[in-house]
Amino acid sequence: MSDASQAMVEARGLGKDYGTTRAVDTVSFKVARGEVVGFLGPNGAGKSTTMKMLTGYLKPSRGSAFIGGIDVGDDPLTAQSKLGYLPESAPLYDDMMVLDFLEFAADLRGVAKAGRREKLKGICERCGLLNVLGKDIGQLSKGYRQRVGLAQALVHDPDLLILDEPTSGLDPNQIVEIRQLIKDLGRDKTILLSTHILPEVQATCDRIIIIADGKLVADDTPEALTEGTAGATIQIVVKAKAGAALEAARVMALLSNIPGVRGVANAEAEGPGTLGFALRAAGDVDPREGIFNTAVSNDMVLVGMQRRGVSLEDTFRRLTRGEKEAARA
Amino acid sequence: MRKVAVIARRELASYFNAPVAYIVIVTFLLVAGWMFFSSLFLMGRADLRPLFAPSPFSPSMLLVIIAPAVTMRLIAEERKSGTIELISTMPIRKWEIIAGKFTAAFALLAVSILSTLVYAISVSAIGDLDWGPVAAGYFGMLLFAGALTAIGLLCSTITQNQIVAFIAGFIVCAVLYFVYWLQFFVPPGLASFVEFISVSSHLESMARGVIDTRNIFYYLSLIGGALFVAMRVLSRQRS
Repeated sequence: MSDASQAMVEARGLGKDYGTTRAVDTVSFKVARGEVVGFLGPNGAGKSTTMKMLTGYLKPSRGSAFIGGIDVGDDPLTAQSKLGYLPESAPLYDDMMVLDFLEFAADLRGVAKAGRREKLKGICERCGLLNVLGKDIGQLSKGYRQRVGLAQALVHDPDLLILDEPTSGLDPNQIVEIRQLIKDLGRDKTILLSTHILPEVQATCDRIIIIADGKLVADDTPEALTEGTAGATIQIVVKAKAGAALEAARVMALLSNIPGVRGVANAEAEGPGTLGFALRAAGDVDPREGIFNTAVSNDMVLVGMQRRGVSLEDTFRRLTRGEKEAARA
Repeated sequence: MRKVAVIARRELASYFNAPVAYIVIVTFLLVAGWMFFSSLFLMGRADLRPLFAPSPFSPSMLLVIIAPAVTMRLIAEERKSGTIELISTMPIRKWEIIAGKFTAAFALLAVSILSTLVYAISVSAIGDLDWGPVAAGYFGMLLFAGALTAIGLLCSTITQNQIVAFIAGFIVCAVLYFVYWLQFFVPPGLASFVEFISVSSHLESMARGVIDTRNIFYYLSLIGGALFVAMRVLSRQRS
């Protein structure tokens, strides 16, 4: 019970079938209080379905979901009262005015009437809605709709926010604004947000959960997913001496003997008279010192060396594609 | 109960914002008035029975069309626009959603029906009107409208297409309404059954000014049954 109450969100072997289609296989993860967790996956991987099960909208076919230690299946109302949820593409009542809609949400959430106006004003200010309060929701742009959806999730000041693609369909300025807002909110709230925009999670999240084909394939910090993974590349450029082809073969042989180097390939040079190589690092050992020493002792003129970490894109593609190929095989 | 009121208030506001409510009330008042007065002057009696009695050309027949039109969007539209997900993840029970929606649609029809009281008042001005049967008639008419509303709401929960919801609701209501006249063409054993299931026969007896617990029981169980099934449909999450 004690560990269940610590986790704000817990998916325990959660799965969902639509007829014979397996939308979510079995997914287990925890989100601790105060964490901001990014939920990644290709389209159709089961992100939204998982979120719908966590919020009690869909009944899971397998496993169970816990919000603040409460089983969503057993006591959906208590679980739901602890969270604010922004469904995918922010469905809203188009015929209502923004303020009326927020009042309606506050009514259903049981927010006390006393001091409610001030609270709503505060939320609207935070979400940048003050100048559209009297407008019909149906007339709002996508960006404003998304903000109204976010404001609606905040009316009862929940500890937990579950946001399904909060920045989809927004322009770059709006994305930055919403991202900033999520960062602000993350200071005192637990947030689980799904997206397929990778820089977004890197910018906002403490931890990343990746699912592909309904299965969990990664659950780690952004740093671990980008830095820790073996396979960082080091680009080096050396000055070519006479007989470039022979020289290239010699340098390549030298480089591949350096400890910490897993492979060497030809890469783009910086122009005539130079040779470029791309080295793949093996993991724990940083081979850059070895490269330098080898260059000095073998009379190689090193004109450039650059380390490129694995981007989240690389990791994402490797993990999610690998899953698909494995399934196909 | 408080949340039922919150849902009902939102639905009513939506009826009155889009001019649905005014159209329904005015249409009902005018058409019912025309139907009523044309037969009133034929009979030449200070009697409100033509206002309540079922016939293929009567205010109650008009309700068979209006009720599904008023209820068609209640759940279907929420499914279509996706707001069903929003409301389903709020801490509110399914029966509270159904009860709130029912209350709003029923209130609109009740206002339409009670607005015909102006006809009762004008009749009482020109003749000696017995208010007892009038009260029984209105009571029956409200129960009748409640049953149609519950059926219409149930039809709105099974689809995300409002047109489908309307047509399904209209067909069910019309069958329950017109099956009444079949009793004259079917064998006697079946006739009493037909009479029992028809929404019209129960209205007929109340229109005569007779309040029978069987009629009340019939309407209340029809309302309760339809709303219960609607709640079950809503709870059984869609794929």
